[in-house]
Amino acid sequence: MIFYYFGEYILLLKKVFRKPEKMKIYLKEVFHEMTEIGVGSLGLIVIISTFIGAVMTMQIAFQLVSDLIPTSVIGQINRDSNILELGPTISALVLMGKVGSSISSQIGSMRVTEQIDALEIMGINAAGYLILPKIIAGVIMVPVLVIVAIACALVGGLLGGALSGAVTPDDYIEGIRGGFNGFTMVVAMVKATVFGFIITSVPAYKGFHVRGGALEVGQAGTRAVVIGCISILACDYLITALML
Amino acid sequence: MIEVTNIHKSFGDNLVLDGIDAIFEPGKVSLIIGGSGSGKSTLLKCIVGLHQPNEGKVFFDKKEFTKMNFEEKVPIRKEIGMLFQNSALFDSMTVEQNIVFTLDMFTDMSKAEKIEQANFCLERVNLAGKNKLFPSELSGGMKKRVGIARAISMNPKYLFCDEPNSGLDPATSILIDELIQDLTEEYKCTTVVVTHDMNSVMGIGDYILFLYQGKKYWEGSNQDMLKSDNKELNDFVFASPLMKAARETLKIED
Repeated sequence: MIFYYFGEYILLLKKVFRKPEKMKIYLKEVFHEMTEIGVGSLGLIVIISTFIGAVMTMQIAFQLVSDLIPTSVIGQINRDSNILELGPTISALVLMGKVGSSISSQIGSMRVTEQIDALEIMGINAAGYLILPKIIAGVIMVPVLVIVAIACALVGGLLGGALSGAVTPDDYIEGIRGGFNGFTMVVAMVKATVFGFIITSVPAYKGFHVRGGALEVGQAGTRAVVIGCISILACDYLITALML
Repeated sequence: MIEVTNIHKSFGDNLVLDGIDAIFEPGKVSLIIGGSGSGKSTLLKCIVGLHQPNEGKVFFDKKEFTKMNFEEKVPIRKEIGMLFQNSALFDSMTVEQNIVFTLDMFTDMSKAEKIEQANFCLERVNLAGKNKLFPSELSGGMKKRVGIARAISMNPKYLFCDEPNSGLDPATSILIDELIQDLTEEYKCTTVVVTHDMNSVMGIGDYILFLYQGKKYWEGSNQDMLKSDNKELNDFVFASPLMKAARETLKIED
């Protein structure tokens, strides 16, 4: 059964990547979706990652009780954890819930109210018109949001450390500046790009193939988020295993 | 002209259409009628390509539509206008945006020309000035008329209507029927209407195709229908006492 759904997903993607009818209209849609996905999720990402950064700092400080370890290490561990795992993965899981359910219900509602049929009758590639701009916007905007999330987590760590007294700002900054490996950012961006594709394409697939009415649209949204989250975690493992 | 030959369509083990043949002439309103579950909407969807028939062919002006791929169908689809049962208007767009959508996608008209065409289509369906309203702000009858305005925005050669009268009061139903008939004459288009509405059958049915349990049971004009002795057709069309009385009156007049 899983192969049936995977095959259906691949066939949908084949339709999505057909040549657009009019590039200008697709570009307009891409910018619209970039605003929806990027700007619309910015506040949530900033709040969540700032708190994660602050909590991470305090937890690392709590676990590093030895006097032999300099407190600047707290900043270093916080930085690498956020760049490699927490920034991309937590952001992607949050975006899957917010953006993914919205995409699934939007496309699903269009399916059950025959709006997708109307597009196809007009000679428009409905899959391309509805899904391609979302995928492009996701692949561009999720990495941007992940960069913002990493920056906010580092600032949150600084604030959390200073407010709790776990680490001084000077030690923390010394830690995040020391021993930085640029490749960790490459790994983070690869993860973010893949996650951006999953966050937009999986819910779009579930919405596009929904049958029934309002209840089924809701169920498709829930399934899309569950499948999307599992796919994100599986890809997270694969990319980490392959790149590190 | 649209020609369908030997159309078979099943969903799993459920055979919905069983060898339907029909010819829909240009400039005429052709109606597909039948009871619930008789396969009317499925036949319409097979004709417009929303369903792929298991067997049989659909020709649009001698061109075999059923064997075409997506890209080959596009030129024919640009000539199709369709009114859906629930109108299927894009609910995040205004009335005007709904109408100019296909013009945006397929023409190089200027913005002014597109708005002029939208205004013309809206005037044609008596909805002038409603450009900036959203579908949620319209009544059922107005949504149907916007659906028709959208369908005629590209000057269609083929017009399809899936139950255009469902959910409408009798007066609005008659208005919609008259509009469909007028547009068919004006654009000389091949119009195919799926309906349950007996007023439509008697009012605008130049050609009627009656389906019963997925099979073609009868075809002819609305005048032929009055004289038909096809039991299934008579059971369906003259089911109500009012229709029975109307037929008796017409027989006496004859």
